[in-house]
Amino acid sequence: MALLSVRDLRTAFPSAAGPLPVVDGVSFDLSKGEVLALVGESGSGKSMTALSTLRLVPKPGRVVSGSVKLDGEELLDLPVTEMRRIRGGRISMIFQEPMTCLNPVVRVGAQVVEALQLHESINAADARARARELFVEVGIPDPDERLDAHPHQLSGGLKQRVMIAMALSTRPEILIADEPTTALDVTVQAQILALLRDLQKKRDAAILLITHDLGIVNELADRVAVMYAGRLVEVASRVELLSDPRHPYTQGLLRSIPALSPPGAPLPEIPGVVPSPDQWPKGCRFSTRCTKRFEPCDDVFPEETAPSEGRRLFCHAEEGGAS
Amino acid sequence: MSDETLLDVRGLQTWYPIKQGMMRRTTGWIQAATDVGFSIAPGETLALVGESGCGKSTVGRSILRLESAQKGEVLFEGRDLLKLDDDALRAARQHVQIIFQDPMASLDPRMRIRDQIAEGMQSFGIGANEKERTERVAAMLERVQLDASAMDRYPHEFSGGQRQRICIARALAVEPRLLVCDESVSALDVSIQAQILNLLREIQEELGLSYLFITHDLSVVKYLAHQVAVMYLGKIVEQGPTARIFESPAHPYTEGLLAAIPSIDPARRGGAPPVLGDVPSPSDPPPGCHFHTRCPVVMDRCRSEAPRLLEIESGAARCFLRES
Repeated sequence: MALLSVRDLRTAFPSAAGPLPVVDGVSFDLSKGEVLALVGESGSGKSMTALSTLRLVPKPGRVVSGSVKLDGEELLDLPVTEMRRIRGGRISMIFQEPMTCLNPVVRVGAQVVEALQLHESINAADARARARELFVEVGIPDPDERLDAHPHQLSGGLKQRVMIAMALSTRPEILIADEPTTALDVTVQAQILALLRDLQKKRDAAILLITHDLGIVNELADRVAVMYAGRLVEVASRVELLSDPRHPYTQGLLRSIPALSPPGAPLPEIPGVVPSPDQWPKGCRFSTRCTKRFEPCDDVFPEETAPSEGRRLFCHAEEGGAS
Repeated sequence: MSDETLLDVRGLQTWYPIKQGMMRRTTGWIQAATDVGFSIAPGETLALVGESGCGKSTVGRSILRLESAQKGEVLFEGRDLLKLDDDALRAARQHVQIIFQDPMASLDPRMRIRDQIAEGMQSFGIGANEKERTERVAAMLERVQLDASAMDRYPHEFSGGQRQRICIARALAVEPRLLVCDESVSALDVSIQAQILNLLREIQEELGLSYLFITHDLSVVKYLAHQVAVMYLGKIVEQGPTARIFESPAHPYTEGLLAAIPSIDPARRGGAPPVLGDVPSPSDPPPGCHFHTRCPVVMDRCRSEAPRLLEIESGAARCFLRES
């Protein structure tokens, strides 16, 4: 059984024209110790999917329907107090901007101690010793000094490490990492990616990684789910997805990365823009930009197919309708 | 490199004072840019790259005199922009335009696109009357692949990529010869970024414009730039033709920067981070070579002695290892 099992998840925001979906029927499994990347551009619904699983969708948005099961237990029906114990307990989260979860006026050591004491009965001295161990584990130099630092005294990379230490403090089974390195410089990003990879292996934790960057997917993920306009378009292993993408959107995304383009040639583009939720096409969401579009794409959302063992694909063209 | 030069920056220094206390006394300096020099030929792109705090944006802004440089020369078509009086500077700015990362911050939300593009044209005397200017606005919008009808709409009606196209149209409308692009594609999704990069390249080929392309993203550089200058903590540490920089970087920092880019080749992953630690503060850069605190091949003398920018076979590098 999957550790986390999401089925037909729908999340929407109210609007004058009725509820606007931002996540529209997303299903996936996350196994124990697995790194699953949710990949997409802005407006794809990847972050909202992650927030929905933790019931943290910002108001007035809400999860409309679907199911999110942790070890078989339905999280969407859980009383609020129990849900709070799961958040930051069995499932914890790290964000792009560490200051979204660090308090600027409290010393970082005290914040980790507080997180520890919130989830287990542990005295202050033991909690501080644990916080120090965590700082060492996430590679913070001079941990004793840094425990007493305020967030603003730390560099961006160190703040990110503190946030990771805090997220790991309760030994979560699942870590949700939402663009964890996007705000960092590339040399610091490489350090944090290496750290996350080591920690994941050592602790055998599952990671739900939210990112727009296929390079980061390659560095961390085992499996990849590509999202476009609120829906999944393709799910495959990291190697399969990067070496043999099947959905025209995934193919376009990979081709438009400048590093891959031979010098001198124009970059292959995906024409047009991501439609906003009130302009989503009736059929395949990508149909307005797809070069392989044909009749059924406009009106009917493609059924899920399995091009090979373990792969999932939502595309009329690849079903055999056109070649 | 071409013999002709459009922009020649020499010995540029821009430091910001750190003021403290009631008397606002200057207690130190943020050394944003020190002894920066490079040149750009007509029709060429020079990419100024580096991580946050390296001073790349300060250099771009100092060239346009949006920041005041303390030292150096910015020779544009032979005239030093740093020495121009206000009137002459205003006139010169027609030929040096800038495009920022966030188009929403540089577009007026309450002004129609038509008026925003025509405003600059009018102040530089382009177009004899309103009809001619409107025709040119339409032509510029079409040049950036927007419909001419966009001119009667407002910025909020467009997506991020479309707004960046509008900023490009506005810059082009005054017939610039140099376009400073400060992280102009960094906030865009990769599929939109590809569209804007292609557009910038087409425009360059068509109009013979030069670009100073300021970015932290080396993969974008590879696609667009002819020459690259890499900055670290206020100084250029390496410069040279793009292909040479990518194939055989001559400075350990450039090498680390290139190695740190996550690859999308599924056969390659899991390498050790090439550069450790964080960028030190530009208000208190390390003595000697600024990079010595993070350099994987640091030597004793690097800790006390600052290397000069040494000419190498193709370009220049600020590293003792390149001494022959």
